[in-house]
Amino acid sequence: MSSTVQPRGSTKIALTAHSWLVYLFFFAPIFVLIVFSFSDDNNVGRWGGFTLEWYQDFVEHNQLQNAVWVSVRVALLSTVISVVLGTLAALALERFKFRGRKVFDALLYLPIIIPDVTMAVMMLLFFAEFFDILESVFGWDAQKGLGSITISHIAFNISFVSVVVRARLAGMSEVLEEAALDLYATRWKTFRYVTFPQIMPGVAGGALLALTLSLDDVVITQFAAGPGATTLPVFVFGLIRRGVTPLINATSVLMLAASVILVALSLAFQQFSGRGGRPSLRAAREAVSAPPKTNTQIKEGINQ
Amino acid sequence: MSDRGDHQVSEQVAAVKLTSITKRFGSVAAVDNVDLEIADGEFFALLGPSGCGKTTTLRMVAGLEFPTEGSLKIFGDEAGTLPPNRRPVNTVFQDYALFPHMTVEANVAFGLKMQRVAKQEIAGRVQEAISLVRLEGLEQRRSQQLSGGQRQRVALARALVNRPKVLLLDEPLGALDLKLRQEMQGELKALQREVGITFVFVTHDQEEALTMADRIGVMNEGELLQVGTPAEIYEHPVNRFVANFIGQTNLLDASVVSNDTVCLANGVHIPGKSDLPVGTRVAVCLRPERAGMHRPEEVPADQQSVVGRLESVTYLGNALVYTVVLDWVRLEVRRENQPGGYRPHVGEEVAVSWTLDAISVVRA
Repeated sequence: MSSTVQPRGSTKIALTAHSWLVYLFFFAPIFVLIVFSFSDDNNVGRWGGFTLEWYQDFVEHNQLQNAVWVSVRVALLSTVISVVLGTLAALALERFKFRGRKVFDALLYLPIIIPDVTMAVMMLLFFAEFFDILESVFGWDAQKGLGSITISHIAFNISFVSVVVRARLAGMSEVLEEAALDLYATRWKTFRYVTFPQIMPGVAGGALLALTLSLDDVVITQFAAGPGATTLPVFVFGLIRRGVTPLINATSVLMLAASVILVALSLAFQQFSGRGGRPSLRAAREAVSAPPKTNTQIKEGINQ
Repeated sequence: MSDRGDHQVSEQVAAVKLTSITKRFGSVAAVDNVDLEIADGEFFALLGPSGCGKTTTLRMVAGLEFPTEGSLKIFGDEAGTLPPNRRPVNTVFQDYALFPHMTVEANVAFGLKMQRVAKQEIAGRVQEAISLVRLEGLEQRRSQQLSGGQRQRVALARALVNRPKVLLLDEPLGALDLKLRQEMQGELKALQREVGITFVFVTHDQEEALTMADRIGVMNEGELLQVGTPAEIYEHPVNRFVANFIGQTNLLDASVVSNDTVCLANGVHIPGKSDLPVGTRVAVCLRPERAGMHRPEEVPADQQSVVGRLESVTYLGNALVYTVVLDWVRLEVRRENQPGGYRPHVGEEVAVSWTLDAISVVRA
C-alpha cells in the first residue's frame, strides 16, 4: 500500500477509534452472554458467582436434547440433499447451454432474496395443501415434523450451495475437462477425477454454509415444524416466552460456538479454492510456508 | 531442406484426411469446406490469424467439436462423430491444461489410468515419457510449481505417453517467452523425429510454422488457402493474403496482360509469369531481401525496376531496411550489411530492381 493513502494525524486516531467502537458494538453482547452463562443466579442479568450448573442443565434437559438431535438430523440431511442438488444445478448453469437457462438462473436466486417470513408462510401453505392432497389421494395422514422441516431447509439451501459452487466452477477452466476427455476419460470419470476435485473447496464451503443456515434458522422452521419435532433454535425461542433463565444463555453460547466453528471451516475451505489444491493438511502447510502475499493477492483470495 | 517435398501423401493411408469439412457456429462458418490430407509421420502446421478456423479444425480432429458437414478420417477410419476419448489422438492444449490438483507424475499417468493399463506398465511408461521430455526429478511437483517451459514438457509427456497416432498441438509455444520459444522450436522438431508420430500444430506465428513444419496449411476466414512446404508457400504464395501473412513482402498492384506479362498500376508492362486469365487483377510479390537497389541510371540491363525516393533507412545490425516511396506504392528493400556497396541517403532518388525469378504474380 502506498504511504500517501495511509491516514495520518487526527484522521488516523478517529478512524482507529471508530473501528474499536464497531468491534465493541459487535462483541460486547457476545461477551456479556458468555459471562452470564456461567452465573450462579436464577436471574439472567445478575452475577451470582461462577457455576457450570446451566451447562449441566442443558445436557440433562430432555426436551432440549431432543431439539438438539432434531436440529442435527435436519441439518445433516438437508445439507447432503441440497449439496447434491445445488451442485448439479451449478454444473448445469455453468457448463451447459439450454433453453430457459437465464430464467432458471434468476429463479434459483429467489430463496436468497425473498424474506424469511414470506418463505415461511409459503411453506406453511404448501404443506397444508400438500398434506390435504396426500390424504385425499393416498389416504395418508401426514403430519408436519422432521420431514417438513428438512424439505423447507433443502428449499433454501439449494440456492446458497449452488451460488457458492458456481463461483468456484466459474474459476475453473473448461479446458481441464476437455483435456480429461482427450485423455480417454469418460464423462463420469472426467467429473470424478477432474471436475469434482477442482470444485471440492466450493462444494465443501457450500455444505458448511448450508449446515450453518439450517442449524440457525428459526422463522421458516417455526412454520414448517409440527408438534412432533422442533429444532433447537425454535425450542429456545419457545423457552424465552416462558421466561429467560441462564439455561438459555448456556444454550445460546453452545449454538454460537457451533456456528462459529462451521463458518470458520467454511471460510477456510473457500480460501483454499484460490490455490486450486485439495483443502488438505498439505495445502495448509503450503499456505503457511508460501511467501507473503501482496494485498491484491489476498483480496483476490477472499473474493474467490 | 530437401526432404520436405518427399511426403507422398497419396501412396499411403493419410494420418488425417478431411473431406469437405465445414463447421458452423450458428450461421457463421468457422471452417468452410476444407479438404486436407496429412501424411503419416508429417510435422504439419495450420497457420493463420486468430479467428481463421485453424483451432476449430484442430478441435474437430481431436473430437472436441464435431463437423457440421464433411468427412474426417484418422488413418482411414471415419472419426467425425467419435467422442475425444475414443480417438487415437491426443492434444497439447494452448495453456497446457495440466490438472492442478495432481502431481506431474499423476498428470502424465492420467491417460493410461483411464485406459485401464496395468499399474506396472503405467509406471514404466510414465517414467519413459518423463525422461523423453527431460523432466526427471520433478515427478512429485504440482503444475503451480513449474515454469512455463516445464509445464509445456509435462503437457507433451502427458499426451505422448498414450502413444497417439496423431499428436495435436494448439499454439504449443504461445505461452512461452521469445527465447524459450526459439529453443523449444528445435526441441519439438527433434522430439517429433524421435517419436515418429504425426504432429499437427496450430500457430499464428509464421516464423514458427516455417521453422518447424514439413508442410504448412494457411487458413483465413475459415478457408484453407494453400497447402505446401515452407519453401513453396514462401516463394509461390497463391494470393495476396498468403504472400502478406508469410514473411515480409512488397505487393505491387497489377493486372494480367498475357501469360508472361503484367501491367503495373503505374502503367508499365513488366515480365511476370502467371496462368491467370488476361485482365485479372493481381499483385506482384517482391520479397524485400530479393529486391535490389541501385542508382536510377545504374540498373543492370537484365533487371526490372521502379524509381522512387528513399524515405528512411532502418539499421538492424546484420541488415539494413530501406523504405522507398513511389507515388503509388511504398516498398521495402532489405540489404545485408556488407562493407562497401551502394549506400544511398534519405531523400535520394533510387531504383528498386528485381530479376524475373525474384517475383511471383499472385491473385489480388
